Amino acid sequence: MLTIKNLQAKVAEKQILNGIDLNVNAGEVHAIMGPNGSGKSTLASVLAGREDYEVTSGEIHFQGKNLLELSPEDRAREGIFMAFQYPIEIPGVSTINFMKTALNQIREHRGLPSLDAVSFLTLMKEKMKLVEIDQSLLSRALNQGFSGGEKKRNEIFQMAMLEPKLAILDETDSGLDIDALRIVANGVNKLRSKNNAIIVVTHYQRLLDHIVPDFVHVLYKGKIVKSGTKELALELEAKGYDWIKSEEAIA
Amino acid sequence: MSSTTVKKDLQIEIIESFQEANFGVAKELRVKAIANLERLGMPTGKQEEYRFTPIAKNLEKHFNWENSIAPSSITSIDEFLIPDLDANVLVFINGSFSKSHSKIVSPESQVKIKTLWDAFQSDKEIISAYFDKLVNSARDPFAAMNSIFWREGLFIHVPENTNVEKPILILHVNDARTSQVIAHTRLLVVVENNSAISIVEKFDSTGSQPVFHTYSEEFAIKENAQLAYYKIQNDQGSSYQVANTLIHQANRSVVNTFTLIFSGQLVRNNFGITIDGENCASHFYGLYALKGNTFADNHTVVDHKKPNSFSNELYKGIVDDNSKCVFNGKIFVRPYAQKTNAFQSNRNILISDAATVNTKPQLEIWADDVKCSHGCTTGQLDEEAVFYLQSRGISRTTAKAMLLYAFAAEVLEPIQNEKLRVYFDQLISERLHKDF
Repeated sequence: MLTIKNLQAKVAEKQILNGIDLNVNAGEVHAIMGPNGSGKSTLASVLAGREDYEVTSGEIHFQGKNLLELSPEDRAREGIFMAFQYPIEIPGVSTINFMKTALNQIREHRGLPSLDAVSFLTLMKEKMKLVEIDQSLLSRALNQGFSGGEKKRNEIFQMAMLEPKLAILDETDSGLDIDALRIVANGVNKLRSKNNAIIVVTHYQRLLDHIVPDFVHVLYKGKIVKSGTKELALELEAKGYDWIKSEEAIA
Repeated sequence: MSSTTVKKDLQIEIIESFQEANFGVAKELRVKAIANLERLGMPTGKQEEYRFTPIAKNLEKHFNWENSIAPSSITSIDEFLIPDLDANVLVFINGSFSKSHSKIVSPESQVKIKTLWDAFQSDKEIISAYFDKLVNSARDPFAAMNSIFWREGLFIHVPENTNVEKPILILHVNDARTSQVIAHTRLLVVVENNSAISIVEKFDSTGSQPVFHTYSEEFAIKENAQLAYYKIQNDQGSSYQVANTLIHQANRSVVNTFTLIFSGQLVRNNFGITIDGENCASHFYGLYALKGNTFADNHTVVDHKKPNSFSNELYKGIVDDNSKCVFNGKIFVRPYAQKTNAFQSNRNILISDAATVNTKPQLEIWADDVKCSHGCTTGQLDEEAVFYLQSRGISRTTAKAMLLYAFAAEVLEPIQNEKLRVYFDQLISERLHKDF
C-alpha cells in the first residue's frame, strides 16, 4: 500500500529525515517510536503533505501513485488521513459542516454523488457511537474550547467518517488520561480491517497496549535504526531509548 | 496643477456654491457652519483625523461644485431593496426624498416619519431640542459641509412605550449615469422612553460618474429605549461618502449597530456613541470586506460619561487587491463613569500583498474602577488551519473560503432580524465565494 524509499526531508534548512525506508501493507499496523526530535512527527507531516517540509530526496508511493506529486487534499481524497498531534481550533466552522464538506469533496473526487442530509446524519450518528462523542460537541465550532481528550476523540471521529485506507496517528496518546486513551484506542481498533493500514507514531508503549501493532520501528536521528514486532516496544519501555542511542553511537 | 496637494481654497470654492435662497430652514445653523468650514478647511494628510484618508484630493480631482441638482431617470428601485424584508421604505434619490418610491406601513401611532423640512414646521419644539445637537460642525469639515448644504432629510419619532414592529429601511440611491451627483442628507431619530426601533440604511448608486454624498445622522435614545441600526455600504458605483453618525444614550438604553462596507470608491464613517446614562449596553459591530481600489475608513468613538454601562466594539476586516482600510477606535471613560465595562477589538485579514490596513485603538480612561480591553490584529489566513482542512480532503480554495466566512460571520451573531441576517449572510457568502 505504502512504500517509502530513502526519504530525506528538511524543514527551515534543517535536515530531519536522513533516508527512511518503510513498507506498509493493507491490514497492518505499524508503530513508529523514538526519542524527541528523532523525526517521527516530521515523517507524519511529510506523508500528509504539510508545506513547510521539503523532501530533498527519496520516493513515496501510495497505492501505485507518487504521493509527493499530490496536494494535501488529493492525498486525503486518495485515502490518507493524519490524526493531528495538536488539532487546530477553528472558530466559526462546526465539525458537522466541516465533515460534510470534506466527505462530499472526497466523494466528488471518487466520482460519487454528494450525500444527502439524511444519509449524512445517519452515517454521522453511527460513527459518533464508535468514538463515544456527543452530537452537541460536533455542532460546536471545530475543536474550539475542546479538552485535550475531546480534540483527540474528534480526530478519530473524523477518521471514522472518512474511512481512510491509511491512517497516521501522530502522537494521538499525548495529553490523554487513561479513560480517554481507552476510548480513542477502542475507536481505532474498531476501524482496523484487512483493507486498511495504520501507522501509530508514539513515544510510549502505553498506547500500544491498546492498539497492538504488527511491526515496531525505532526512529533515531531521522533513520529507522531498529525494526521488530510488538516485543520491541516492550523492550524499549523497559530499557528506555538510551540503549538505542548508545548502540548507534557504537555503530 | 499638481495633483498631490489640495489647493488651499477648495473649501472656498465649495462655500461659494452655496445659494441661500435654496435653503428655507435652519438658516442660522448654515451660516454658523459656513464659518466653521472656512476655518477648518478641507482636511489634508497633515490632519491627524484624516491622515490616511485622501478625500480632499479626490473631491478636487473628480467634482465640480456647480450648484445644480443632478437629474435622475430612475424608475424602479427594486434592485436596491432587501429581499423579503417587510419594512417601511423611505427612498432618497440624488439627495431628494422620493415620495413615490417610499411606503410607510407602520401606523402613525407607532412611529412618526416625516421629511425634516415638514418637521421644521410641525414639530418645532422637538426639532429645536434635538436637531444639530450631536453633530459638531465646528470639529469636522464634512459635518460642517452637511450643515451648510443639506437639502432634505428624515425625522423619525417614536413615542413613549412603543415597539415599532416593522423596521425602517432608508434607501439612498444616486443616479450617476449622465452626470456627477453631489448630495447632502440628514437624519434625526428620537426614540422616547421604553420604546424600540430598527433602522436600516443602505447606500447605492448606479452609473459610473462620480458621486459625493455626506450624511449627518443623529439618534437620541431615551431611557430604557432600544435602537438597532444597520448601515450597508455596498455601493457599486464610483462613490465617495462621508457619514457623521452620532448616537446619544440615556439610562438603561440598549443600542446595537452593525456597519457593513463592501464597495464604493471611498467610505468614511465618523461614528460616535455617547453613553450618557447608567446601565446602558452598546454593541458596536462592523465588517468590511474590500477588493479593487475601495478605501474604507471607520473612525469610531465610544464615550462613557456615566457609571455602570457596558460597550463592546468589534470591527472585522478582510482586505483584498489594492483596497485600503483605516480603523481608529476611541474609547473615553470619563472620571465619573466608574464600573464601566468597555471592550474593543479590530481584527483584519490581508489577502493580497498590495492591500493596506491602518489600525489604531485609542483608549483614554480617567475613571479608576473599570474593565477595559482592546486588541487589534492584522495578519494572513492561518496556514495551519488551511492545512488542517486540506488534510481532510477539502480543496485549498474551499478551505480558505470556509475560514474567511467563519471569520466574517461572527459579526452576524447579534443580529436578531432573521431576514436581515440571511441577507447579510448571502452578501458575505457571495463576496467570499462560499461554495460549501
